[in-house]
Formats: sequence, C-alpha cells, structure tokens
Amino acid sequence: MIFLKLFWVFLKIGIFGFGGGYAMLSLIQDEVVTQNHWMTNEEFTDLVAISQTTPGPIGINTATYAGFSAIENAGYPPIIAILGSVLATFTVCLPAFILIILISYSYTKFKNNFYFKAILNGIRPLSIALIGFAAYSLMTPENFTDYLSPLFFVGTLFLSVKYKLHPVILIFGVALLGIIIY
Amino acid sequence: MTFQLFYLFTKIGIFTIGGGYAVIPLIEKDIVSRNWLSQKELYELIAVTESLPGVFATNIAALVGYKINGLKGGVLAALGTIIAPFCIIILIAMFFNKFQENIWVAKAFKALRPAVIALIVAPMFAVAKANNLTLKTAVFPVTALVLMIVFKVSPVWIVILGCLGGFLYSLKLRK
Repeated sequence: MIFLKLFWVFLKIGIFGFGGGYAMLSLIQDEVVTQNHWMTNEEFTDLVAISQTTPGPIGINTATYAGFSAIENAGYPPIIAILGSVLATFTVCLPAFILIILISYSYTKFKNNFYFKAILNGIRPLSIALIGFAAYSLMTPENFTDYLSPLFFVGTLFLSVKYKLHPVILIFGVALLGIIIY
Repeated sequence: MTFQLFYLFTKIGIFTIGGGYAVIPLIEKDIVSRNWLSQKELYELIAVTESLPGVFATNIAALVGYKINGLKGGVLAALGTIIAPFCIIILIAMFFNKFQENIWVAKAFKALRPAVIALIVAPMFAVAKANNLTLKTAVFPVTALVLMIVFKVSPVWIVILGCLGGFLYSLKLRK
C-alpha cells in the first residue's frame, strides 16, 4: 500500500532528520531515490535547485514533491497524487510537532535534559557526514554530463565558500551561463 | 488573533527563501513587534528548535504559535508556513516534465546540477568550523561516511548510532 509506505518513510525522516536541511537531504535522498525509486537522482538534484530559489524549507519542498511523484508513479491520477503530497508534508512535520506538545510544560527543562543533550552531542559531529553523503550520492554521471560540469561545481563552491554569495544569486547566475554556453 | 497568526505565518512562509534561519528576522518583525512574544522568549524557543528533529522553519512556527495561542495556535502557525511552498511545489510537480522539455530550461538545468551539489558541499566547511573539528574528532564523521558509502548503511542508522554513542559516552562521563 503506497500511502502507508509514504507515511512510514516520511515519519522516519521526520524522526531522524537532525542537523538541518542539508543533513536531512541524505535521509530523503536515500529513502526517496535509492531505496524506493520514487524519483531519479537527476530529478532530485533539480528539485534541490528549485527549493533553493522558491519559498519554503528544503525538507518541506522535497516531501511535497516526493509525495506527489510517489503516488503518480504508482499509476494514480494527479488529483490523488496531491493527497500524497499532503500526506508526506504533514508526516515529515508530525514527530517534531508531537514532541513540541509533549515538552510544552517546560521547554527549558527539555533543553537542559541530560539524556537529550547527550543524544544531541552524539549526533552533532555526524551532521557533516550526512551532508557529505548527500553530496556524494548526487555526484553521478547524470549530473556531471561533460567536461564543463566540474567547472560549474568548483566555481560555485569557490564563490559560495570564499565570497559567501547567496545561493539564489549563484543559481540564477549558473542558469544564465548554462543557457549561453550549452 | 488565531486567524491573524495563520495569516502572518503564511506571509512569513512566502518570504522564506534559502534556509530555515531566514524566518527569524521575519518572526521578529511580525510577531515580536506585536508584543505577542518577547525577544528573550523567541531566543529561548530558537534554542529549543535547534534540538528538535525535522524542519527548522515549521518547528519554530509551531513553537511560537503554541506559546501564543496553545494547540490551535501551534497548528495554524505551522500550517501557515507550509501553505505557500506547498502550492508552489505542487504546481511544479504537475508541470515540471513539460517545463523541462523546453530547450532553455534543459540547458539551464544541465549547468545547474553540478552547481547545486557544490551548494550542498559548501556548508560543510562552516559545520566543521562550528563543531571544532580536528583530526582526532574527524574520526566519527569519517567513519560514518565510510559506513554509508562503502557498507551502504542507511543514514537513518547513522543517526541512531550517533544517538546511542552520545548517550553511552555521557553515561560514562557521569560515572
């Protein structure tokens, strides 16, 4: 049952998605592309580009899109696929939302809770590995199509790290270059 | 007020481009300025959000909404931040295949794909710095990366292992 599967996958992502949007990408990519084939790697990369330039957090954007394509790929019409989007988007927010209600009696107590702090200290150094894995998983021949691709990669990395150019500016710049060059 | 909370967070959702932290100045401008929440309370909630799993922007919205107006406020604030991005992505999901057949779009995305991967790599430098990563402490992320790449361990298990590791280490320290 595809809806149940969708619910389970995004519940997992909502529970274990620590370390911010980019770290979460590795979980989403692994579940949505590698394990369940709801999207191709190319599609996923395009979606990240779109997420960077449209409103909304990357976690929500990818959940909405993946929910839609999972149901559509299962052979349902678009109107049903929208329900998949709704389900995936709500589910990814659900675990944190329940936690917010559970801890509402005292947020300070929660923040200083020994066990929770311990767990977070264990996860924090791993977020860099999760981000690295997301990038690694996307470095495929479909995304690096020719000799110019590494140049776009290195150029963007340099401008982003060294000059802290905003992703939106970089994306529009590279898109324009692509239209001119290719 | 409940309706206004929904409306304000919908507005905030529309203007959040590029990263969850972009919502903070918007919440300051729209919510704190109305005296629904003090600056100090907002910073406390931000600290809590950093320890929650999931999406930063919706979590902070839910926390702020809950603080101001209980469960109803929490649900509506979180819903508000989602609604605009949700509609935009639905439209893209419905028409993206057609859109990509356009030669200009195809050209743009051909150049964009490697650039997007660079944008994912870029924050790693800041994260390494923020965590005071040294050669010694780099053992953990490097091991995790090897487990995922070579041994195909799912990222979910890496997070679970991290939780366990942090937990056991703290117990040992406390003894």
